[in-house]
This record gives sequence, structure tokens and C-alpha cells, in this order.
Amino acid sequence: MSLISGLNKEFESRVRLGIMSVLMVNDWVDFTEMKDLLQVTDGNLASHSTALEKKEYIEIKKEFVGKKPRTSYKITEAGKLAFQQHLAFLEKIMRQ
Amino acid sequence: MIMNQKISDDLAHIRSMMERSSRFLSLSGLSGIGAGIVGLVAGLTAIYLTRGSDMPVEKVRMSVGGGIMLQILILLGASALLLAIFCGCYFTVRKSKKLGLQIWTATTKKILVQLAIPLAVGGIFVLALLQYNLYGLIAGTTLIFYGLALVNAEKYTYSDIKYLGFLEIILGCLSLFFIGKGLIFWTIGFGVLHIVYGIILYRKYK
Repeated sequence: MSLISGLNKEFESRVRLGIMSVLMVNDWVDFTEMKDLLQVTDGNLASHSTALEKKEYIEIKKEFVGKKPRTSYKITEAGKLAFQQHLAFLEKIMRQ
Repeated sequence: MIMNQKISDDLAHIRSMMERSSRFLSLSGLSGIGAGIVGLVAGLTAIYLTRGSDMPVEKVRMSVGGGIMLQILILLGASALLLAIFCGCYFTVRKSKKLGLQIWTATTKKILVQLAIPLAVGGIFVLALLQYNLYGLIAGTTLIFYGLALVNAEKYTYSDIKYLGFLEIILGCLSLFFIGKGLIFWTIGFGVLHIVYGIILYRKYK
């Protein structure tokens, strides 16, 4: 069971997995686009992204475009590393 | 066992999210077929219109039967281009609605820029050829730059389009050495190849 302990608890949720996957292959992605890709509600995306930000896996930028607020996400170096490790563990378990 | 199922689902989810977010997957095979039919009809019309003129080859400077014929061909080419773009957009927008994908995303902008760079350069190059009456090289040039645009945009959509790109480039290069037969190469490249390719893409990614 030692392998399973290597899995990152932060990435257990599908939504978090989705956010990290999208940010691995894209630069800044804004809220609406992320929401459409993952097909989740506003609140759901907001709470999961805040949790990932707290862990410093992603960076959240809030700005105004005209009068509209826009939130965008970007992965951090720590996030990339953590996600790659998580992926490596997943693959290791699958190969057993 | 249950653990393995969950993990393989997770991995599939990761792969699909990465693809959906970084590639333009709404490209429809029908777009290719539609654009190909337009190309085929326009090419055959041009071949028919110019059948009388013997297309004398004075090295690269090739006559296409005087100014009026040239204007007709340019008009035909331009309207074929517009109609082909319209067909391409129409079926692709339709597919993206069916799949529930957003159309105007960062990926769409990226793919358009990647397509536009070689196409814009090619367009300027063709204008220069027209300027110096080097009509014989136009068909090959348009095929080459179009092929380069496809190869360039390959990263942002179904990577299969690079093979179409390579074929267009090869065809364009060949046509440079068969001056006077440009319209035939053009009709094969923009007509036949698009249709064949559209059918393959359609069957593969329905």
C-alpha cells in the first residue's frame, strides 16, 4: 500500500485533476473557458481553484476588462512538479 | 481492482482535458469535402475556360490568353476561396455546436495565427508574381504556402492535417517544374486532396 500513499490528496477530485490538466498544456486560461472545458458550476470551479491556489499549485489573476472582472489561472512551477509526480504515481500503479 | 479502474479513468480524464483544451477539435471532415468540391468545380471551370489558349511557355512567363482571361481567372479564384472558407467555417461551427465546444477560444486564436502567417506571406508572394506576369508559378506557390500553413497549424488541431500539408507542398513543388499545367495541379491539390482528406477525417472523427 506504500504506493498509494504517494498519491497527492489534493488531486483526488475530478475538478482539480481537470484544472491541473488544462493548465499543464496552456498558459493563462480564463474562468469562463475553464468552466466550459470542465463543465462545472461557477461555485464548484471557484472553490477548487482557491484550494489549489492555497497549495500554491496555481496562480489566480483578477483583472478588469472594461467594467467586467476577469479571473484567469496559470500553473506554478510547484504545481507542475506536483502534478508530474502525481501522474508518475498513477502510471506506476497501473503498471503493477 | 476498483482502484485500478479509478486510476485508469483519471488518466483518461487527464488526457481528454489536455486535448480538449489545447487542440481545436471542432474541425469537421465535411468542411474539407465542401471546400474540396468548391475547389474542384472552380479548377475544372478554369481548365475549361482556358482550353482554347495553348498556354505557350516562355520559360516562366506564361500567357493565359490576355488581360480579360486573367481577370476572369482571378475573379474565379477569389470567389472560390471565399466560398471554400465559408464551407469550411459553416461545417466546423456546426460540429462544435453539436459537440458543445466553445468556438472562440485561445486555441482557436492560436490556430488562426499559425495558419495566417504562411498564408499572408504566400499572398504577398503571389501579388509579386502577378506584378511581374509570372503566372506560371502561381498555382505551385499557392499550393506550397497553403501546405506550409497546414503543417504549421498541426499542433493545434487533429495532427492528421500535417499529412495533407505535406502532400500540398509536394504537389506545389512538382507543379513548379511543369509550368503550363498549373491549373491541373491546383485542381488536384485544392479539389481532389481536400475531398479525399475530408472523407478520411469525417470517418475517423465522426
